[in-house]
Amino acid sequence: MAERPEDLNLPNAVITRIIKEALPDGVNVSKEARRAISQAASVFVLYATSCANNFAMKAKRKTLNATDVMSAMEEMEFERFLQPLRESLEAYKKGQKGKKEASEQKRKDAKEKKNDTGENDKSRDDEEEEEERMEEDQEVENEVEEEEVEN
Amino acid sequence: MSGNKVEADVNASNSKGVSLPMARVKLIMKSSPEVSSINQEALLLTTKATELFVQYLAVSAFLNGSGKAENTLSYSDLANTAEETETFQFLTDILPRKILVRDYLKFLEENPVDEADN
Repeated sequence: MAERPEDLNLPNAVITRIIKEALPDGVNVSKEARRAISQAASVFVLYATSCANNFAMKAKRKTLNATDVMSAMEEMEFERFLQPLRESLEAYKKGQKGKKEASEQKRKDAKEKKNDTGENDKSRDDEEEEEERMEEDQEVENEVEEEEVEN
Repeated sequence: MSGNKVEADVNASNSKGVSLPMARVKLIMKSSPEVSSINQEALLLTTKATELFVQYLAVSAFLNGSGKAENTLSYSDLANTAEETETFQFLTDILPRKILVRDYLKFLEENPVDEADN
């Protein structure tokens, strides 16, 4: 993906919606304020990443994990985020588990089907991977579209 | 025009519980040179934390700000909050308080800048 400076901004439409939902109804947020919050959010990501990375390095790991991000929040004195973050991680893990079970079931079904048709199992796996990749690309495209509308 | 899009967006967010695009957050994280890889849970948490941060910053600035009476959130509310709140201190570089040139010149007169500092 080409790295343009605007790739490092978060989508304005989503940021605006989050701000609106957080504030009481009918509050007017100036355009300058919205842009400032959006930039602040990008800086927050970088700051959190840098803190989390320090924790990963201390533990001699190269990959940032959930614990590193949680420790970073504590260090940045955003303890108030810890509880909602834990909940969100739990929900995510549950979702992943459900997804995995569903795809295992799908695979099982596919295998049974394969036995009927005598199709190659490996090629089916490849197909599934390809599908996932396409979904990801689709997501990115939607984002770009959204931003263009916004600008 | 964007009605369908917003709806699609909401649906997409429900599946992961976040509304900001994780791909974009990942790109920002990866723009930091010392970071080599990020697992999916760390990415999810950072995305969620960023949303919480946006809410928290907006609400803090609104409650601290002078615009409560007029029901507005302005840039100066944000800049003041960044400066006055300990946890938002890291934002002071990108949320500087705005001052008039007139006031700045006065400030310079009263506090002459040492040439060596520049």
